[in-house]
Amino acid sequence: MKPLVAVNDFVVKFANVNGSGSASANTLFAKSILRMGVPVSPRNIFPSNIQGLPTWYEVRVSERGWLGRRGGVDLMVAMNPQTWDKDVAEIEPGGYLFYDSTKPMPAAKFRDDVQVIGMPLMEICSATYEDPRQRQLFKNIIYVGALSTLLGIDAAAVEKLIGEQYKGKEKLLEPNVRALHLGRDYARDHLPAIGLEVRASDRVGKRIFLEGNNAAALGCVYGGATVAAWYPITPSSSMAEAFGKHCRKYRTDPATGKARYAVVQAEDELASIGMVIGAAWNGARAFTCTSGPGISLMQEFIGLAYFAEIPAVIFDVQRAGPSTGMPTRTQQADVLSCAYASHGDTKHVLLFPEDPKEGFEMAAMAFDFADRLQTPIFVLLDLDIGMNERLCEPLAWSDDRRYDRGKVLSYADLEAGKRFGRYLDLDADGITWRTYPGAHPKRGSFFTRGTSRDRYARYTEEGSAYVDNMQRLLKKFETAKDLIPKPVARVAGKGSRFGVIYYGSTSAAMDEALESLEAEAMQVDALRIRAFPFHDEVLDFANAHDHVFVVEQNRDGQLRTLLVAEGMLHPEKLTPVLHYDGTPITARFIHQQIASRLSAFNVSPLKKSAAAD
Amino acid sequence: MTYLAKPKLHHPELPTNALGLTRRDYEGAISTLCAGCGHDSISAAIIQACWELAIQPHRVAKLSGIGCSSKTPTYFLGQSHGFNSVHGRMPSVLTGANLANRDLLYLGVSGDGDSASIGLGQFAHSMRRGVNMTYIVENNGVYGLTKGQFSATADRGSKAKRGAINTDEGIDLVLLALQLGATYVARSFSGDKAQLVPLIKGALTHEGAAFIDVISPCVAFNNHDGSTKSYDYVREHNEAVNRLDVITVRKEITADYEAGTVQEVRQHDGSMLRLRKLEEKYDPSDRIAAMTYVQSRYAIGEIVTGLLYFTPKPRDLHGSLNTVATPLNELGERELCPGSAALERFNEDLR
Repeated sequence: MKPLVAVNDFVVKFANVNGSGSASANTLFAKSILRMGVPVSPRNIFPSNIQGLPTWYEVRVSERGWLGRRGGVDLMVAMNPQTWDKDVAEIEPGGYLFYDSTKPMPAAKFRDDVQVIGMPLMEICSATYEDPRQRQLFKNIIYVGALSTLLGIDAAAVEKLIGEQYKGKEKLLEPNVRALHLGRDYARDHLPAIGLEVRASDRVGKRIFLEGNNAAALGCVYGGATVAAWYPITPSSSMAEAFGKHCRKYRTDPATGKARYAVVQAEDELASIGMVIGAAWNGARAFTCTSGPGISLMQEFIGLAYFAEIPAVIFDVQRAGPSTGMPTRTQQADVLSCAYASHGDTKHVLLFPEDPKEGFEMAAMAFDFADRLQTPIFVLLDLDIGMNERLCEPLAWSDDRRYDRGKVLSYADLEAGKRFGRYLDLDADGITWRTYPGAHPKRGSFFTRGTSRDRYARYTEEGSAYVDNMQRLLKKFETAKDLIPKPVARVAGKGSRFGVIYYGSTSAAMDEALESLEAEAMQVDALRIRAFPFHDEVLDFANAHDHVFVVEQNRDGQLRTLLVAEGMLHPEKLTPVLHYDGTPITARFIHQQIASRLSAFNVSPLKKSAAAD
Repeated sequence: MTYLAKPKLHHPELPTNALGLTRRDYEGAISTLCAGCGHDSISAAIIQACWELAIQPHRVAKLSGIGCSSKTPTYFLGQSHGFNSVHGRMPSVLTGANLANRDLLYLGVSGDGDSASIGLGQFAHSMRRGVNMTYIVENNGVYGLTKGQFSATADRGSKAKRGAINTDEGIDLVLLALQLGATYVARSFSGDKAQLVPLIKGALTHEGAAFIDVISPCVAFNNHDGSTKSYDYVREHNEAVNRLDVITVRKEITADYEAGTVQEVRQHDGSMLRLRKLEEKYDPSDRIAAMTYVQSRYAIGEIVTGLLYFTPKPRDLHGSLNTVATPLNELGERELCPGSAALERFNEDLR
């Protein structure tokens, strides 16, 4: 088997044991390639565990800038004996296996069609370091050093990164740099050259490298959130923690050292959403972040916020369900449970960010929507965006931007005698005016309740008043369409009679799939949905195509269900393309699925048919 | 309710408080509870306490859960914003509201089903966080709105209207509040307005988590022989440890008391709590002793009432979180948004 040869286009996967300190070394590896101007897209594949179980870090190097998961592995760094067989099996024919050769492995454990690179890592460490923990930690840096030599990564780039990481901790800096060179020197002197190479480029540009949870948390700071209530749950905890970190930096009153924010780790998700609703009722911008099980627990309160019309921002960093499911694997499986959360007739606004940048933007705008629409707003992230560093455009903010606090009557408004009925639709958009508690001594007080009420917030079980209110809520839902982000269309060539609809983290893989389909003369128009309720553009797109693929990362085609139910689209028209094994969807999967269905529709690639003519 | 004032005919010589308001200005809508319900007496006591303290009605936020007790905020403080939340979850909504605006007074009204059964968790956690609030449980030992099922505060051995005997141990919320760090804990009886009104005043002036368990007989479902929450039973077994007076104006103490029978404590807001001892050895500043006392008296069938524990220097959630003095809901872009220059530096660190 001929060894693989590739420049700036390959996949390296690290197989480690969690809790062994590999994460920072592996990140160092990925970032050093970025510093050479070559785009990378890394993914953590980790267990719901703290120490001792297998964990992987997969780095896709792509000069073209494809950020989705590719599938397949070209260079496996096999550091975990527990998963050896599976890891070795995953290597592409002609690929490379890098392993710790301190202990001899039986020949049967290797593959003939894979290039094997053994390095006695443990032996080197034992000879160099006394302390067992140091042996473990520096082993990781040593293999990064060796790989940097094998792949042609610039030593200076890695050293600079180590310098940044240990800034102010010089004691740690020097031994790390020494370990790096230990690995580099060994590789130079003892290891064979390989066919994979990183070559300096200029394809990264001004882009930044950050996690979606971190970006969304910063979006909450910029969006003016002052109250966060949360309960720890993977994969959303890091968002709440990042919000706290950003607030300490950006929201500490310089004069008094006091906090312009409140973060409460609640006793459960019910209390989290309860606090958010209480705070928002009282005029603060508030959010919670959770995952699927938390959404299940919050259902009753979400219905209250919908019916009593209280703003709330809910981030759902989705993971694989149902039940506890696969807590550390990704899915888009909460679309329906969020869209229709709670009992009775409810519908909620959903936002679908595609990457950390949109996570930041949609987080900030969600607070405007919540205040304007006086209703819960869901931001549907997922583990793939939330917990992986992703290359994306730099975050941007206009200093002219003002918060839209919605329809709130002030003391002066009330004093001037402005007309007020809490549920009285004065502007014919379904949105009514509210007051904050304590606004005025004589005017504007009302009773907030989850029971039915008339336009003046008086309790009633009168059917006509109830229907009046429910119809107005529908009107408000229509109004939401004027505010929320519109879908993004991408027309293939002269346009196609086939379309594909997708959303959220599928974007990265879809961009690549669309190009590879095009390269094989299979043209498909694409529409990325960014929000629910659906705009007319979504339905127009579906109606303008004979067949529409709906690509999702769940089993039941949840967005497709929503398209059928809310858009009155014919189910036959919408072909589901579903990837839900918990790993991020790949371009290869989308390509293969769409290509095979297109052939079932008797579509022969344009070029071929042209050649036949 | 709109701000269209409801017409009020009242006697021209009704007494007014320091704000020039009469008791009528603290009322709400007409109660729809059963005639003789203990909860209405508590609403009347809340009205009296707020009037006497000359609290601005609109600066109170009144929150409740679900149940008969949770309906009562409609019947007092008509100029206050009210929030009838979901069953057992008033504490979290109140906590969030309090975080948003530390300048209002927060009054949480709940029942024994709401706080001791479905909402026990939220009750406990709001106490341990030290939310600055007055939390009143109108405790009748039964579910009234669903017609007489036992609640979690029903005593073991207590008899239901239809004859069933409660076999489960009752939860004493006073003991829980004491254990969980509430800084003002009292128990009273809806039938003893003279005791209840000052206890509510003390709670409203307390700047920490104040909890009052008010035994409030349910005339429809729990006021019969064999019930331990009936008017007769509570009257017979009520053992008050002290009588409280809350004095808001600083003035010389002129009354004559026998030495050692009166204790006075200045609160953070300047008000004075004056406690006249009924039980000589009872010390309301000793939390552990309070828990022991309440339990030992319960064991011999007595219901201990009065101000059971308080500390004049309470902690509160805003203190723990070190939040700014300005209410969070008054902060705008200038205080909240770091701006584009900071964002550019953030970007730079991620390259």
